[in-house]
Amino acid sequence: MAVAETERKARPAVRRTALDTIPKLLLDNAARRGRRPAMREKDLGIWQSWSWAEAARQVQDFANGLAALGFRRGDKLGIIGDNRPRLYWAITAAQCLGGVPVPVYQDAVAAEMEFVLEHAEVRFVVAEDQEQVDKLLAVRERLPRLEAIIYDDARGLRHYAYPFLHAYERVQQQGRDFARLNPDFLHGEIAQGRGADLAVILYTSGTTGQPKGVMLTFDNVIIMARRAAEREGLDETEEVLAYLPIAWAGDHIFSYAQSYCTGFCVSCPESGATVMADLREIGPTYFFAPPRIYETILTRVMIRMEDAGWAKRRMFHHFMALARRVGGPILDRAPVSFWDRLLYAVGAALIYGPLKNALGFSRIRIAYTAGEAIGPDLFSFYRSLGINIKQLYAMTEASILCVQPDGQVKPDTVGTPLADVEIRIAENSEVVYRSPGVFAGYYKSPQATAETKQPDGWVHSGDAGFFGDDGHLRIIDRAKDVGKLRNGTLFAPKFLENKLKFFPYIKEAVAFGADRPFAACFINIDADAVGNWAERNGVTYGSYLELAGLDAVYDLVQECVETVNRDLAAEPHLAGSQIHRFLILHKELDADDGELTRTRKVRRRYIGERYQSLVDALYGEARTARIASEVTFEDGRKGTIRAELAIRDVKIAASVAPLRRAG
Amino acid sequence: MGTLAERRIGPPLLKAEQISLAFGGVRALSDVSLEIREHEILAIIGPNGAGKTSMLNVINGFYHPQRGTITFKGETRRRMRPHQAAETGIARTFQNVALFRGMTTLDNVMTGRLLRMRRNFLWQALHWGPALKEELEHRSFVERIIDFLEIQAIRKVPVGQLPYGLQKRVELGRALAMEPTLLLLDEPMAGMNVEEKEDMSRFILDVNDEFGTTIALIEHDMSVVMDLSDRVVVLDYGRKIADGPPDSVRRNQDVIDAYLGVSHD
Repeated sequence: MAVAETERKARPAVRRTALDTIPKLLLDNAARRGRRPAMREKDLGIWQSWSWAEAARQVQDFANGLAALGFRRGDKLGIIGDNRPRLYWAITAAQCLGGVPVPVYQDAVAAEMEFVLEHAEVRFVVAEDQEQVDKLLAVRERLPRLEAIIYDDARGLRHYAYPFLHAYERVQQQGRDFARLNPDFLHGEIAQGRGADLAVILYTSGTTGQPKGVMLTFDNVIIMARRAAEREGLDETEEVLAYLPIAWAGDHIFSYAQSYCTGFCVSCPESGATVMADLREIGPTYFFAPPRIYETILTRVMIRMEDAGWAKRRMFHHFMALARRVGGPILDRAPVSFWDRLLYAVGAALIYGPLKNALGFSRIRIAYTAGEAIGPDLFSFYRSLGINIKQLYAMTEASILCVQPDGQVKPDTVGTPLADVEIRIAENSEVVYRSPGVFAGYYKSPQATAETKQPDGWVHSGDAGFFGDDGHLRIIDRAKDVGKLRNGTLFAPKFLENKLKFFPYIKEAVAFGADRPFAACFINIDADAVGNWAERNGVTYGSYLELAGLDAVYDLVQECVETVNRDLAAEPHLAGSQIHRFLILHKELDADDGELTRTRKVRRRYIGERYQSLVDALYGEARTARIASEVTFEDGRKGTIRAELAIRDVKIAASVAPLRRAG
Repeated sequence: MGTLAERRIGPPLLKAEQISLAFGGVRALSDVSLEIREHEILAIIGPNGAGKTSMLNVINGFYHPQRGTITFKGETRRRMRPHQAAETGIARTFQNVALFRGMTTLDNVMTGRLLRMRRNFLWQALHWGPALKEELEHRSFVERIIDFLEIQAIRKVPVGQLPYGLQKRVELGRALAMEPTLLLLDEPMAGMNVEEKEDMSRFILDVNDEFGTTIALIEHDMSVVMDLSDRVVVLDYGRKIADGPPDSVRRNQDVIDAYLGVSHD
């Protein structure tokens, strides 16, 4: 494989200990911290908790029960449901017997569930409740291998007279009977487990094509969970709320493997709808959420503040302005003047503390975000409050790869590689990695495995990225979307578009540049934000079309684009892809016109073809371009919008040599 | 569901015999007799003004019929007051939600336990010893209902802030807190959207199934009535015109006439 110059070496040797499987860790935790809480669940309005000793007993009873039902080494146990202690225990119980848990997304429809259960050759399933059991019954005829369904919540299931349906408590009871006759059986099974054994199969969500079963060994899961815990200094006193799907790799690491490795307590919310209230009651020290959740929380805070009295509002805005200025540096232990520190302390007492308390973030030490780019404003809001939010880079195929170290947190990187993780950037900018966390393969798909994973252990991530001078990895796009300008400079359209979209005035952006002399883009203004700006500045307009064409609006957008260019100029890898020209589209991009996908992603190629004349104009000499485009109205009628759009040249930031404009 | 339901239905729990009720010159009910059998779900249907709500009000002692008797659990009463009905195990919900709007969901459901609280006001004010123990027992019962109706997320929300569909569910919760033998539901699904109706139907079936509660309900949505109920009683102009399983009632010519409006000469 051709590999570019960037390469990070890390400690090659993997430390081995006797505690190389989750079941062994469970017994160890039960012996060493038997009285400490392992699991909590809010049930009937009260937080019920189980110590490590009690959890171990629960797991052992269930494992013995499974054995009594005929579950054997190598069998697969399907797990379907929300975050419930019993479902987490079922995962461990299967692992005790040398079986492989296969968590399934709880919101999957019956057909998706059928595919995974069939593909994984599942013999036993633990389902949370009637809803999941009903789905299973609907597809049971097509799953000849499925022998038994065990349910956690009996509600509504009393009249289901099927011989293959078992209550969780009954299985545990059978387990206790089984253990009386075979007292040494389970410990023998646990002792047989090895770190190289298959620990879990996690199915990818399968947005493109069929889901693939990612096989992870105990070594994969435990070593990476430990590396991440070492980096962050996690210990048994952490508090975690498990609210993301059990079938998702992130939850498997944060709420499951790390709990076993460090001994911290995992709390399960009362229901999906109560997560925010439960968050507040638990006050986690360690929290994970995708950017969209942080955004929802921020929006709620802002709306509540708008409804507050003027005194509170003034105070809030005053201290938030202070926090934006000094909060981040204080969190990063950077030098801040005594007076500012004093004011910040006053703000903490009056605003930040109560606010964090209301959100459930009073005790937070580490809050992670990953999965998508997070807006710098959103990011700095949390950091300015003193919430240590940071980004990480993780994949189902490799657990956690990179985490931002404390004190070096930035909104646009995913951090530095963990110990034992090697990351290289291939010639096409794709991130390739090798680590002890790298998966064993895709279940029953040797071909897909071979396409992703090299025989020497290097894995293609499918993401394009680069390392900055600070040693941080930056992910810029999907590798297949990244192209090159005609002069060979890297061009990552989504990276540019995301940077542009972080400005409130810009709703969508479409960047062009692959095999072109320079980067240029279409902009869609955000009608609400720009309209609001126009109102405040006394700019009058009659329609979206008119607003989008105003010189003042062009100035506004040009400022945004120039800011992006200045950011890009600071990155040697991307400086060449600064945006030279842009135009503001006369209509909003719309899924009905096929310009966006239903999940609101821009369809760059289609837009390029549809507005070919505008793209040509961007790369021509003209200052304006004419367009007549067909639009589909909400009622299905079609019409035509004609417009003459202005094209603006943008200042290229000075720190790099200007590119030749080869027409 | 059908066969299962038939097997568990027991003898009559409540018998209304020849009930006649008039308000001045208006005859609300004339000579209506009906039975509610143990563990069944009985639907009372009929056009507007047919006397459905009057019938429920008679059953729980709010109206006193001029003629006729009500026999509940083998005891015949000519005049029963609502609180007596409640004490003997009849609970109800109302056509228009009747909750304490300023109180939380939890407190509203707790009020359903009032009849079962044995300690007097002074003990409760002390909030200590036996009174505290009693309150905890009631609270844990109420929490089971909250769990059952899946309203944990609104436990501490004042009901006035809740959408209508949820208020209806809270009202059902308060009725269930009384541990009734007979539950009267007056249009439990009025004004709900399809999804809310489906949820409410499932809760009604589950209540009947899990707690063995006998249920009599008034409902306008025919598809809901046909799916939910074991038996249907049809009232028209204060008289009973049909009584039987949903399928036979659906085919009954009198019922079709009553709904489609044949001229009464």
